[in-house]
Amino acid sequence: MSEPMVASESVGCRPTNGSADAGPILQMLHITKQFPGVKALDDVTMTVQRGVIHAICGENGAGKSTLMKVLSGVWAHGTYEGDIIFDGQEMAFHSIRESEEVGIVIIHQELALIPELSVTENIFLGNEVTNHGVIDWEEARRRALDLMARVGLDIDPDTAIKNLGVGQQQLIEIAKALSKNVRLLILDEPTSALNEDDSANLLDILRGLRAKGLTCIMISHKLNEISAIADSITVIRDGKTVESIDVAREGADENRIIRAMVGRPMDSRFPDHQPHIGETFFEVKNWTVEHPQIPGRLVCKHSDFFVRKGEIVGFAGVMGAGRTELARSIFGRTYGIWRDGQIYLNGEPVTIPNVSSAINHGIAYVPEDRKMLGLNLLDTIADTIVSAGIKRISPRGVIDLHAERAAAEEYRKEMRIKAGNIEVVVSTLSGGNQQKVVLAKWMFTQPVLAILDEPTRGIDVGAKYEIYTLIANLADEGKGVIMISSELPELLGVCDRIYTVFEGRITGCVKASEATQESLMRQMTDTATTAPVA
Amino acid sequence: MKHVKELLGGNLRQYGMVLALILLIAFFQWQTGGKVLTPTNAQNILNGNSYVLVMAIGMLFVIITGQIDLAPGSVAAVVGICMAMALRGGETWYLIIGIPVGLVVGVACGVVIGRKLLKRGMGRIPSVVVGVVAGVVIGAAVAVLFSFLIHTFGIPWWGGVLIGLGVGGVIGAWQGAWLAFVGVPGFITTLAGQMLFRGLDQFIGKAESISVPEEIQFIGGGYLPEWGPNTGLNNSTVLLGILAAVVLVVMQVRRRARLAKTGSVMPPLWPLIVRLVVMVAVLGYLTFLFGSGRVNTSFPVTGCILVVIVLVYNFISNRTPLGRSVYAVGGNRAAAQLTGINTKKVYFLSMFNMSLLAAVAAIMFIGRSHSTGPSDGVGWELDAIAAVFIGGAAVSGGVGTVMGAIIGGLVMAVLNNGLQLMNVGSDMTQIIKGLVLLVAVAFDLYSKAQGKPSIIGSLMRGLHPRREMAGAPRAEELRPDLSARTAQRARDDAAGSASGATFVSTQVVDGPSASPDVAAGQDPPTSSGDDPDASTTER
Repeated sequence: MSEPMVASESVGCRPTNGSADAGPILQMLHITKQFPGVKALDDVTMTVQRGVIHAICGENGAGKSTLMKVLSGVWAHGTYEGDIIFDGQEMAFHSIRESEEVGIVIIHQELALIPELSVTENIFLGNEVTNHGVIDWEEARRRALDLMARVGLDIDPDTAIKNLGVGQQQLIEIAKALSKNVRLLILDEPTSALNEDDSANLLDILRGLRAKGLTCIMISHKLNEISAIADSITVIRDGKTVESIDVAREGADENRIIRAMVGRPMDSRFPDHQPHIGETFFEVKNWTVEHPQIPGRLVCKHSDFFVRKGEIVGFAGVMGAGRTELARSIFGRTYGIWRDGQIYLNGEPVTIPNVSSAINHGIAYVPEDRKMLGLNLLDTIADTIVSAGIKRISPRGVIDLHAERAAAEEYRKEMRIKAGNIEVVVSTLSGGNQQKVVLAKWMFTQPVLAILDEPTRGIDVGAKYEIYTLIANLADEGKGVIMISSELPELLGVCDRIYTVFEGRITGCVKASEATQESLMRQMTDTATTAPVA
Repeated sequence: MKHVKELLGGNLRQYGMVLALILLIAFFQWQTGGKVLTPTNAQNILNGNSYVLVMAIGMLFVIITGQIDLAPGSVAAVVGICMAMALRGGETWYLIIGIPVGLVVGVACGVVIGRKLLKRGMGRIPSVVVGVVAGVVIGAAVAVLFSFLIHTFGIPWWGGVLIGLGVGGVIGAWQGAWLAFVGVPGFITTLAGQMLFRGLDQFIGKAESISVPEEIQFIGGGYLPEWGPNTGLNNSTVLLGILAAVVLVVMQVRRRARLAKTGSVMPPLWPLIVRLVVMVAVLGYLTFLFGSGRVNTSFPVTGCILVVIVLVYNFISNRTPLGRSVYAVGGNRAAAQLTGINTKKVYFLSMFNMSLLAAVAAIMFIGRSHSTGPSDGVGWELDAIAAVFIGGAAVSGGVGTVMGAIIGGLVMAVLNNGLQLMNVGSDMTQIIKGLVLLVAVAFDLYSKAQGKPSIIGSLMRGLHPRREMAGAPRAEELRPDLSARTAQRARDDAAGSASGATFVSTQVVDGPSASPDVAAGQDPPTSSGDDPDASTTER
């Protein structure tokens, strides 16, 4: 058979083998990936046709990224079950390099460009244009210009990446993928860091590439984008394929996608909790914060919210919506540059310029990334528990070691931290127990308002239930709780009231009893339904 | 194993280091035919190394924060020359000292007064004006008074000491400010400081050698007085020894009493008694060793200063929120910040403290050598850094103890001394010291990679499961993969036997870590020690 050059030529791909031109470009059959104790993927099957944009949807933690890691060889052949058939041939990748060799290129959510290097250098990084082992810069520059033209960029190839905007950087990533003779381009949340113009531009570029025969897999949270661009959709939930939608035939019904994404039955995964809600004691008005590095970009835009005594308030939003930024800017301004807004505690305006002031005002913040931000992994359980409230056990500036032991012992029992004793180093604990230690550390400061950022991330179901119980107990003690979570069932199951956040704005506030996952998902993804903010 | 653990009170790491030191001393004692443990040699070791040990304590805190200080040698030189020149006096010295003192006091008073007035509700401008005026008046008065006093009476020896400490403090504030408030990394700040202050030393001292008065010489090389009946020993040393033994016993007994009062589970009594007997015996031996030297020698003054400083800093590191915050900043700076710790303050104070202790070291050293010289302090910082790392501090910060740094410093000191007594040339001595440092830190890094706290601790402790590799999913963090861990352990065992080190038992820490969720069923602090395998692997 002769080489079908036309389609490949136009996108600059290598000539296809031509063997299975008619069939799907990719089939992933019965993929099962097991981590110790957790089945991340359970018999996932997915088919991607040639020359289409195929969307993968699912909640955080549903298994989308794991699936893509299996496909791109991050998880080597043999560490999972099932088959990958690419272009009619069974594949057994052992590394990203091997998958790139056949033309599967993945662009991660966090861009992998080197800020100090030029566009040309980045595009050909690890894949340099050489002539007898010496880099041929002239040729490289020429090719870079050529590649950039294909993604609609017209910039000097010697520009350093750090001088480009995020949208342009995303396009450079695509150009880099094209330089590798890509045949299947995987984009993980490509628009999550982009503004609307850049997003629209990116989608246009993808449409153009599709027209020239390139196949794309796109992971996205943004349903409006998916319905705008995808030819087919696979929905994954809890590591299983739950829906495969052919858009041309069935249409992209957002409601159907949402239902598929969140549609697990609600059972007693949450403790029964009768809220006893008192008066408003914590209120934030017009809170506006600028990004610490990017001048002019606001991460919190005129946010207003309040918390009542004994109330558990949820903050829903996709990753990067600005929930953590909001929480941390309130917690002693530990994120971003404060621009405007006022905090009221018990009706009094207060200024909380640093963490120790926040602690003194009774605010606690349990960070989302416990290993990076919550714990000193070298410390023992006892050291950690008393660390934030160390003044409480240090009369006259000297730590009372007996009080320390007693306090740590008390919390170990109360929170059921599973460890031999309080001298165990926290790095040896399981995720759930580490999280309990971090919670204990903040409970020891006797807060009136506890801000919990993704408190159940990465911990198993049993430990989650215990954390929910602890949260309910906090509320019963009359404390206010703010819970940030990307898991909607969890928010609906635990919270009394839920704010939705989208791109730094609070887009809605609903009683948990009146909210559904669908309504929340719409408010936290769909820009059209929200009122524009001046 | 269980008995050993109880005997040592659970803190095996430090005993491991002590053990290494004792082995080293024993080796040299055997090789030199008993020349190491003679009173004169012991006194020499202390007198000749106390200043490095003092600096090692300062360096320890800097290293725990994850920084390093390359300047203290140069700082010590500047301190020494300033102190010596001030004490020597001269035509204009009353002005050189009087004016800066007046300046500092004036500025301080002005700021304090201005702030007070502002707080009391006086307007911004009037309080600034009053503050400035008050500062100028007070400063001028102090300057005149000081200059007059110095001109008339000269500077007493303790005035020289204060000047030395003051110079050290000012330099420390300078270094700390660059690190903490400007954000220049400590390595750069202090590399610059090393050149800057070395140059300043030469500029001020003009490569002169200036001798210091007897009182300063006493600080650096003196002995405690001889008094009372002739016991054959130095009575001051005996008194110190008895005092130390009493304090030790009282403290241990009180701790136990306190434990009983709070109703904790009581550890058995016999280990306490054995421990006390051993400690008192060691104290008795040291008393004899230091007290039985030539007439008019005793436990040296430098040793006394060192002991006081060790006790103070050991207390700070273990028992104060400030000490904890130093470890927190070094262990995880971002987490420390979110815990309410003022990380800038911690960085500032650690640098400030280093230079202050460098000043103390300078005074001790100059006292011992009776005069300053242009090469004072050259390379001291490296000895201090070596001591800290041999003593188990981690290169990446967050780990280290005062006792460890002292023992690390003593290892270096004994090595120096022993090799000297064996007539090994300074060339070989350098080579051996370099290798010891390299192996110690390499071992530390190796241990770190395994997630273990530090070097000699690994001799006594079990193995932690390996830290997570970047990019692995969260699910794996929950339950470390069993097979991976087994493989890891096998590799560790192989490495352990290859390097000749004995890993006492992989089970000690594995108990709670292997399956934290399951381990909770058994509830016991002793679970690790009970492990039947422990006794078989132990040697």
